[in-house]
Amino acid sequence: MATTADHFQGHVDDHHGHADHDHKPSFFARWFMSTNHKDIGTMYLIFAVIAGIIGGAISGVMRLELAEPGIQYLGAVAEFFGSDAGDFNATLHMWNVLITAHGLIMVFFLVMPAIIGGFGNWFVPIMIGAPDMAFPRMNNISFWLTVAGFISLMCSAFVPGGLGNGAGTGWTVYPPLSTYSSTGPAVDFGIFALHLSGAGSIMGAINFITTIFNMRAPGMTMHKMPLFVWSVLVTAFLLLLALPVLAAAITMLLTDRNFGTTFFDPAGGGDPILYQHLFWFFGHPEVYIMILPAFGIISQIISTFSKKPVFGYLGMAYAMVAIGVVGFIVWAHHMYTTGLSVNTKMYFTAATMVIAVPTGIKIFSWIATMWGGSLEFKSPMVWALGFIFLFTVGGVTGVVLANGGIDDVLHDTYYVVAHFHYVLSLGAVTALFAGFYYWFPKMSGRMHSEFLSHLHFWVFFVGVNLIFFPMHFLGLQGMPRRYPDYPEAFTHWNYVATVGYMIMAASIVIWLVNVAYAFIAGRRVEANYWGEGATTLEWTLSSPPPFHQFETVPVIEDAGHH
Amino acid sequence: MSLSAKIPLEALETRGKRAYRPGHWGASAPVIACAPGCETLLSAQGNRESTTTMKSGNNVRAASCAVKALGLSLALAMLPQAALAAAPAPASAPSFPTAGPTPSMEPSGAPARGAEAAQAAGNPLNATGPTADMAASPAYTPMKPTEGIGLPVDGGIGLQKQFSPFGEYGHWIHDAVLVPLIGFITLLVLVLLVIVVIRFNRRANPIASRTSHNTLLEVAWTLLPVLILVGIAVPSIDLIAKQYKPAPARALTVKVTGNQWFWTYSYPDNGEFEVNSYMLNLPGQPAINAGVREVGSEPWDGPAQFEVDNRLVIPAGEPIRLQITAADVIHSFGVPSLWFKTDAVPGRINEKVLFVEKPGVYYGQCYELCGVKHAYMPIVVEALPRDEFNAWVLSHPGGVVGQPGSVNAAQAPEVTAPDVDATPATNPNEAVPAAETTASPSA
Repeated sequence: MATTADHFQGHVDDHHGHADHDHKPSFFARWFMSTNHKDIGTMYLIFAVIAGIIGGAISGVMRLELAEPGIQYLGAVAEFFGSDAGDFNATLHMWNVLITAHGLIMVFFLVMPAIIGGFGNWFVPIMIGAPDMAFPRMNNISFWLTVAGFISLMCSAFVPGGLGNGAGTGWTVYPPLSTYSSTGPAVDFGIFALHLSGAGSIMGAINFITTIFNMRAPGMTMHKMPLFVWSVLVTAFLLLLALPVLAAAITMLLTDRNFGTTFFDPAGGGDPILYQHLFWFFGHPEVYIMILPAFGIISQIISTFSKKPVFGYLGMAYAMVAIGVVGFIVWAHHMYTTGLSVNTKMYFTAATMVIAVPTGIKIFSWIATMWGGSLEFKSPMVWALGFIFLFTVGGVTGVVLANGGIDDVLHDTYYVVAHFHYVLSLGAVTALFAGFYYWFPKMSGRMHSEFLSHLHFWVFFVGVNLIFFPMHFLGLQGMPRRYPDYPEAFTHWNYVATVGYMIMAASIVIWLVNVAYAFIAGRRVEANYWGEGATTLEWTLSSPPPFHQFETVPVIEDAGHH
Repeated sequence: MSLSAKIPLEALETRGKRAYRPGHWGASAPVIACAPGCETLLSAQGNRESTTTMKSGNNVRAASCAVKALGLSLALAMLPQAALAAAPAPASAPSFPTAGPTPSMEPSGAPARGAEAAQAAGNPLNATGPTADMAASPAYTPMKPTEGIGLPVDGGIGLQKQFSPFGEYGHWIHDAVLVPLIGFITLLVLVLLVIVVIRFNRRANPIASRTSHNTLLEVAWTLLPVLILVGIAVPSIDLIAKQYKPAPARALTVKVTGNQWFWTYSYPDNGEFEVNSYMLNLPGQPAINAGVREVGSEPWDGPAQFEVDNRLVIPAGEPIRLQITAADVIHSFGVPSLWFKTDAVPGRINEKVLFVEKPGVYYGQCYELCGVKHAYMPIVVEALPRDEFNAWVLSHPGGVVGQPGSVNAAQAPEVTAPDVDATPATNPNEAVPAAETTASPSA
């Protein structure tokens, strides 16, 4: 952050004496026809929590099944979704449905709605001094398309998708497994879910780009924007450029499945690998879509609780731009074993490693921000510190995997699972919790329990590391991904991971208790409850902010910023 | 584009095979070498109409038994010219699978294999496999795996011990370059975080500094990682270059085909015979593969979920040209202790060199989600000394032994070389079992 509250001359009306000031529409109109960025943000957050609990419960079933070798629980799950209990193939199919649903839910219906739809909607307009998003109605349809996508995905679990109910293709939906090897409407429902939520995300991206470019308050230049706004801006561009490619790929998949085309079917001149190129051209930017806003949140929190402006603000902003740009030219590192040519493999090895440079800049800049600061270990800061460490672990294993020659032995093993959970489950989700504790009192007007927040952190930290660190060992030993059952030699670390899951699940209970505590007994908070370090515009507003903020546009004055 | 786009050209021509090269495809054109009798298969590849009843995978696999298709295999399906150029040869029709679009979707239709009969006959190798009715040589008994070799170790935390040159190199890069480096970086970040927490907390440092720039520092932490990454890239790129060095023209070729949910290994240089490799059933669980014995019922069986009925048997100590494709969906042929993993993609043939340094049994698994029994199609590579490998080959009807490639390389091109490969396809007696093998999963 290059600016502080001292620099803002926020001409914010104190919203006393306006008869119609906080006039809110009736319940239905407010929540179902909402055009208010804060209400839509709240709905995104609630939606993400619900989806996340479902996705997390699915991973619980998976960890339970993987606690020891053999198939123990899947049959009962398959029966629940309407398969014949005695049908072993349907039982095994259920596993593939679970991994597919877990991946899709966590990516498209937890992390993206929470971090972009939730926090992005809530705080991007406020941080740039805007009264709302540029296209409030489009904002609303973005949200409801996401919900519709989620419902479509849930429907797919109850209809046939091959040898059992549900789409069992993996979240990547690779053909031909997803085409002629998955008969029945389940995969179509899954594809439709991606279409709907993808359309919602594209509209959201358009909205954010327009808002950030056109609705900044006077004096809020691009180079004064808080880093969270920068991160959402870069993310929005990634969404805008990547999602149409996904839409094209899955539309081709849909026509291959239903209308006799053969884009990905070699029998008709197509190529299954073409799909992988299209998918990962979207899929790799997608991982940055999930992590860049997390970077933004962490930057705000580190700055706030160090009581210092972010170190190397411009470097931080342009590191995110660099990550976004380079993120588009590294996709084939997801495809090292598909039979790439030697030069292609070398190029993607080199290009992928380049991403470590801007990522390193961010890690070191966060540490430099804290260096010389006056750190206060409030709950968001503890989560942010955890994020930096966990993301570093996930980042360095990414450098290992970047090597095409090394990937030959690690590709599609649990090492990869460990890697992307360290950057997403332990990275993006940790940042989500950090952002939650940072902004929850601002959004709700009530303070959570700091004790429970710290407890939540430590239990979560121990739990997720127990789940995912042993997965590096499993991967190095060669255990493949997406297996419901495994040889005995993989038992030890799988059992440890399952224990870790139970600890992590306990931490989620602590979190829910904390939220309930805040609503029942939490103390009401003032505008700036984090004190002098919190300098962005949301801290100039009441907690919760008025229904419509900045009816008089604030003017950000240049206080001779160096 | 796989390396196979370039290598086969030279490989084929040095071996004197008849290479089909569509004229207008340019220098990078895929090459399909075609043995007599395989034309029909090729035409099936290119003929759109035939695909209405036969999905690509079957075409590819059907082709695998008779076609020496070394080219970029995408072209197999993309080439109507191939169909036009090739004359139909009904003789090879029996090797066609007549499978529907979703082969093996019906689990109860697992291959009818004369398991009991063969077992009663005391045939160790083919006890349950589709080649059960073939005469097995008593000279071959499957090798017993060694604990900790070619297998994961429970509680193990590192890479498996490697038994190939690339594996040793890769293992070295991982253990000696990457792990120390990433360990150092992680510890550096951790130590810096601890220092920050101790030195710059509110009590220790009540007044925060306002420093927000230090150009020298920022340049340093941009350039240093660049140098480190260049350091990693040198051995890493070198490893990739070595891995892509094609096998010598004389190397033994083995074709690997992924199926839902078993592997087919065919030996075009040894008389075109092929074996299907199914996972052994697990005691106490529903049968995964009907007709296959349970694991542990033979003394040489490895761990459950790793052991198969018929292993991929290859000679140790010489480069093997593995050509990997799939019959239905994408699979991935991976053996961790041999540093080997290549996707089996329908419509493509991925070629890669496998070099096993010493005899032994090395276990692998399928690494690409391929449907319900993805976890139940392991890979067992049994590397034998050359003479034992030859004995194993001779235990298969139609098995032909020769120094790898010597028959092809030494004799006149166009005449004898295709003959060797074509023998089984033109001999109805031998083609029939092969056809059963291919077609049975979808029966």
